[in-house]
Amino acid sequence: MTIGPHADFIIAAYAVTIFVVAALVAWVVLDYSAQRRILGDLEERGVTRRSQRKD
Amino acid sequence: MPVIDLANPTRFLSIVNRVLPWLIAATLLLFVIGLYRAMNAPDDYQQGATVKIMFLHVPAAWLGMFGWGLMSVAALGTLVWRHPLADVAGKAAAPIGAAFTFICLVTGSLWGRPTWGTYWVWDARLTSMLVLLLLYLGVLALYWTAEEPSRGARAAAVLSLVGAVNLPIIKFSVDWWNTLHQPASVFRMGGSTIAPALLTPLLIMTLAFTLLFLTLHLAVMRNEILRRRVRSMRLLQAQKLAEAGA
Repeated sequence: MTIGPHADFIIAAYAVTIFVVAALVAWVVLDYSAQRRILGDLEERGVTRRSQRKD
Repeated sequence: MPVIDLANPTRFLSIVNRVLPWLIAATLLLFVIGLYRAMNAPDDYQQGATVKIMFLHVPAAWLGMFGWGLMSVAALGTLVWRHPLADVAGKAAAPIGAAFTFICLVTGSLWGRPTWGTYWVWDARLTSMLVLLLLYLGVLALYWTAEEPSRGARAAAVLSLVGAVNLPIIKFSVDWWNTLHQPASVFRMGGSTIAPALLTPLLIMTLAFTLLFLTLHLAVMRNEILRRRVRSMRLLQAQKLAEAGA
């Protein structure tokens, strides 16, 4: 595979795309673990949603 | 299972948890095949190897528009039917759609320099795509700055519906105006004008990026449902504390 005289432009395009997609994935994964942790903390303190209450 | 069951966030979460691993696997597999085919695709007779940027640019453009279309449908669900997951779906699509629109603009600019001799021109296609990115940022600002989430959701839904006017403008801008950007070459009356050796990897990459969008969308929706649970639990906790103090 050769990418010719405009290799810089091709590599830059792929690098930007990989960076943006990686940033999106990282944000999703970190946000998920953060929300799970906060929910766990709240449940440990006995805070429940209305739909979870048995009484 | 009746479709109406999906309206229940708990049921939705359990479905997402089951579907996501399969979606991730399918997305990765398609990217491996698509990137292999893209890297080994022949050069274009005019553009040379820069045609490899097409395998990123075209899917990103499609998903930038798809994201807004999704938000418009979700906006109807928010404003008309007040579907519990409609606002979650619309809010989740906004950052992903904005990211793909940004990728489309940057890769288009990097493709334009060696082929057109310029990074940017204010032609109808490029400008309408930039307007789409600004509209995305507007929706995100409405979500992020509203003190009351439901008010932000309604305002974002209205902007989503109004902004949908931009979608046909983007699509037909190359037909309605004289633009530096080429006319439609993939989905057009009379069939694609792209050689099969380039079209096949392009379609595989488009499918891979679409699956990536759907995977991220479901994952962001899951996060948003959890965030709303945290918010309602904190409100209940604050209410209890206030009652105990009174």
